[in-house]
Amino acid sequence: MTVSSLSTSTAAHGRIDWSPYLVGAGIGVLSWVVFVVVAAPIGITTAVSQLSGGLAVPLVGAEAVAQNAYWARHPMRLDYGTLFLVGTFLGALASSLAARTWRLETVPAVWAERFGPSPLKRYAVAFVGGVIAMYGARLANGCTSGNGISQGLQLAVVGWVFLAVMFTTGLLTAFILFRQPR
Amino acid sequence: MFPMTGTAALVLAVVFGFAFGWLLDRGRVTHYDTIINQFRFKDFTVLKVMLTAIIVGGVGVLALVDLGFAKMAVRDANMGGVLLGSALFGVGMVLYGYCPGTGVAAIATGSVHALVGAVGMLVGGMLYGFNYPWLKDTVLAWWNLGRVTLPDITGVPALVFFAALAALAVALFSAVESRRL
Repeated sequence: MTVSSLSTSTAAHGRIDWSPYLVGAGIGVLSWVVFVVVAAPIGITTAVSQLSGGLAVPLVGAEAVAQNAYWARHPMRLDYGTLFLVGTFLGALASSLAARTWRLETVPAVWAERFGPSPLKRYAVAFVGGVIAMYGARLANGCTSGNGISQGLQLAVVGWVFLAVMFTTGLLTAFILFRQPR
Repeated sequence: MFPMTGTAALVLAVVFGFAFGWLLDRGRVTHYDTIINQFRFKDFTVLKVMLTAIIVGGVGVLALVDLGFAKMAVRDANMGGVLLGSALFGVGMVLYGYCPGTGVAAIATGSVHALVGAVGMLVGGMLYGFNYPWLKDTVLAWWNLGRVTLPDITGVPALVFFAALAALAVALFSAVESRRL
């Protein structure tokens, strides 16, 4: 039922039909390129945490941020990681426009089926989730991209511990959120 | 010539990021439903993308390092931070419905709730920065194994790991494809 409704709606909006294996292989090849050409593995959250430092300036003052033990090492600047983040945004924008799948989404279908159509409810949970995910990613020194893929493909212990633990707590969270009410 | 630095690297950052964002969207992992349904075992797109990326990327990088074209960039396995951080990350990712990379990409495809969650990410990064002086002397000082890999700690060669991963991937994905997940 979900499948047929999904294909109808994607047909109306254009569609995306790359095989996930092809996409995975593409990310793998992109990793070869970045390891050789810029010696900078794919990663996202370091740049985001640098932006957080910039956001903290109006709250606690530039001096407090400059002297903070974390942001002293990761100041907000237009560096490789930040521009990679900009590129990621632009790439997804171009892809969705080219495929004609760009559309405003306030409440996704799977969420609405379980929690109803209220955007505020979705926003509140997304916000809290964003806070927790980012805090966790910084503690673990990387996210799904930086730790999971870039460290994972080097068989680094940090990458595989990250993948195993985050999938476990993610599965538990999804089970609690989406279990069928009796 | 490589690795490139300076302005050339900054221009390439946008190019490589663009390719990454494009791939994420073409892989449909810019969609909340795709990511959440992985954690409900109703859609295996996320695992297909990630495992393929790790195997293809890993074998290639291994070869490039052996040939002297690239250097490994292994990070510390600082276990206190990694265990606690990954546990939080899994919870946060399922509540948000995205990880940081797919969240940023999803905003670009029109997801308003991804944008709200990204503001949450900025707040989370800020809280981390404020807590860092304390974390550095506690959680992050507990148990650091250093820059170790699975081959380092097991003595099993990297290629054996990749062969095992590939076998696992083939078994898992053929089972998954036959059930049309």
